[in-house]
Amino acid sequence: MQAKPMQQEARGVDWKDFLLNRMGALLGLIIIMIGLSLATPRFFTVGNLMNVAQQSAINALVASGMLLAILTAGIDLSVGSILALSICVSGILIVKLGWPSLIGLLVGLGVAAGAGTVNGLLLTKLRLPHPFISTLGMQNVARGLALIITQASPISGFPKWVQFFGAGYLGRIPFSFILVVITVVTFHIFLTRTTLGRHIYAVGGNIEAARLSGIDVDKVRLWVYTISGFMAGVAGLTLMGRVNAAYPLAGLMYETDAIAAVIIGGGSFMGGVGTIWGTLLGAIIIAVIRNGLNLLGVSPDTQTIIIGLVIIGSVYIDVLRRRRSPAAKA
Amino acid sequence: MSAPFLMLENVSKAFPGVQALDSVSMEIHKGEIHCLVGENGAGKSTLIKLLTGVHGWDSGTIMFNGQPLSDITPQKALHELGIVPIYQELNLIPKLDVAENIFLGREILANERFRFINRKEMIARTKEILARLGQDISPTALVGTLGIGKQQMVEIAKALAVEANLLILDEPTAPLGQEEADELFSVMRQLKSEGVTIIFISHKLEEIKEIGDRLTVLRDGKKIITTDVDSLSIDEIITYMVGRQIDDKYPKVKSKRGELALEVRNLSTPELLQDISFKAYRGEVLGIAGLVGAGRTELARAIIGADPLLQGEILINGRKVEIRSPKDAVRHGLVLLTEDRKSQGLVLNNTVLFNATLANLQKYLSGVLLDLSAQKEDAVRVVKDLSIKTPSLNTLVAQLSGGNQQKVVIGKWLNTKADIFIFDEPTRGIDVGAKTEVYNIINNLVKNGAAVIMISSELPEILGMSDRIIVLSEGRLTGEFAREEATQEKIMAAATGGIHYAS
Repeated sequence: MQAKPMQQEARGVDWKDFLLNRMGALLGLIIIMIGLSLATPRFFTVGNLMNVAQQSAINALVASGMLLAILTAGIDLSVGSILALSICVSGILIVKLGWPSLIGLLVGLGVAAGAGTVNGLLLTKLRLPHPFISTLGMQNVARGLALIITQASPISGFPKWVQFFGAGYLGRIPFSFILVVITVVTFHIFLTRTTLGRHIYAVGGNIEAARLSGIDVDKVRLWVYTISGFMAGVAGLTLMGRVNAAYPLAGLMYETDAIAAVIIGGGSFMGGVGTIWGTLLGAIIIAVIRNGLNLLGVSPDTQTIIIGLVIIGSVYIDVLRRRRSPAAKA
Repeated sequence: MSAPFLMLENVSKAFPGVQALDSVSMEIHKGEIHCLVGENGAGKSTLIKLLTGVHGWDSGTIMFNGQPLSDITPQKALHELGIVPIYQELNLIPKLDVAENIFLGREILANERFRFINRKEMIARTKEILARLGQDISPTALVGTLGIGKQQMVEIAKALAVEANLLILDEPTAPLGQEEADELFSVMRQLKSEGVTIIFISHKLEEIKEIGDRLTVLRDGKKIITTDVDSLSIDEIITYMVGRQIDDKYPKVKSKRGELALEVRNLSTPELLQDISFKAYRGEVLGIAGLVGAGRTELARAIIGADPLLQGEILINGRKVEIRSPKDAVRHGLVLLTEDRKSQGLVLNNTVLFNATLANLQKYLSGVLLDLSAQKEDAVRVVKDLSIKTPSLNTLVAQLSGGNQQKVVIGKWLNTKADIFIFDEPTRGIDVGAKTEVYNIINNLVKNGAAVIMISSELPEILGMSDRIIVLSEGRLTGEFAREEATQEKIMAAATGGIHYAS
């Protein structure tokens, strides 16, 4: 009885919020795509759009993990380095030591998840003041380990099916993008339908309230960084497949693109706000901008500047949103 | 006779929902130690905030040195008028030395153009001021290395460096030991003999008898009396402080006392609490009274494992339990509804549905996934049972009124197996109607066999709703009263330091 009028009213009340917070990224994407379609006929073709899908895949996978960290009002600066360490371990096991590919890949993923777990332990057991610190440390440590075990040189020559993760197509759809869709659907269910998923929002929204509600906040954060590390490993798999190589400088600066994707997609550094759909949109927007600038012949130097401005702009969007949100006023 | 040093005439100040000061008129004479006393929320802090320019006032006039004050800002109060407040939370930079702290922002310069600091001069002036206070503190010692009593002296020295006319000491003795307090008093007497006027606020009435010249009692924002300290006994002061009307806005329903639910034995914490023991029974509301800083919230947090214990045992249903975190407490059905709902009770940027079901998500698990319809059903029930006024289940709790936010917090716990509830200031900041609803919820809880512990600063609320009352003062248990024998005077006497065991 009571539920009906409540929901009707909700539509009226939340409309503005809905436009600004949920649809803002989608509107942005549509506007950019219309603009690029008008600017160059080469943009809106099936082939190019599939390109964009493939180019967004790695960032989307990394950003999925980053989303969890940001949802808990944290950050994971080590994803790029963990990615590199993970594929270098796989590369050595498969190519140099001749291990079965499946085992090699699983060990690589395990290393990625393990590095994430260490991030979480540094935060929850050593009580380092902020994940910025623990993951900044891990960023350096993991990169250094990747350089040492590879003696700073790339490893190539993977079996065909390993390359499929990054370079394969199902019909005209890149397999890496299918991996993204699977990830997004899984994350959506995880974040909305499991206790751990809901607890992530609680910890980020108000860690003290979560703790007093009987939630084991340390366990939640440990899982968050473990999953973030694991997703960096999955992204690494895609990268390794695409370029058919594992190299220790892989994934440099990936954390910034991932953070930008989460924020553009409606995530808030304050924690507790953000969705996996938004993050996917954010990753696609970044890929579209890069792709469009390439098609328009903008030099890589200028591209760097524009991407920098997009990152600043995306955080400014976060600021504007916070200013408008009632939670900040209360 | 010259005009009074400081004179308030019909000064009023309202905050949303509360008349903090209600037409207060009072005079403070030059060179006296004037004490302000009153219960929590009597208006002492507001009065100080008006004098120091933190808040403006709504009506009335304040005359300072014969001049009407208007538009005072904290800067103007400090630098032009010489009104210097010293709060319990000291305003010092631990990593700077004593001289640097005393002259912070007003450094003595050796060179105007390049703004080099004249350290020699600063140190010499610091020595002078400290000597005037009879303090043997090195001007080059880092403030962080000094004890709290010495830090207070540095703060006072800082006040003297700006030529304080009026020094306001807000509960300065609360963190001090007896020796340090005695030293503070001798410094206060010294300053008084030099003609500095002091406003002194303390909950400890013995101290007021010792150091004060005159006192003003505030109650509910009104001035009750201003008189010579010597003309009143401590009991008389207490009578003036309390004396609030208890109307029948408390819909107390007496339930039958049941089994022992929670027993706390010899609980101490590293910071404040010492050797506290009490029992809470099912079917009963146990009130915890005490002044701000007495340790009531600390006690609640220690019991549920939010803060560490130094020692002590906690028994639930007669069995000793190990509570290391709030999670353990929740498992034993023991929960805390915090005073600060916004920062500790709610995830403000999330929905009513989310918050109402947050503490017990496991309940909705079917397999590994949450059963969203069962979750929603429960949230609808909570909203209905507690008549929470919300546009929808998906409304952010930040958008609800204080009373409805409080009901969401209560709902969160009703949705669990909790049966021992600690309410910390359950009606603070919510309107009268919502208060009655909260009282009715408490009545229902005890009727259904729960144990309720209610911390409150409102004496009428404690007296109106409790079956039994314990009183804390400075981290110790100083009184226990049955509902029938409790009076505002007895509780206030226990809260201000005297031990009053009735049973």
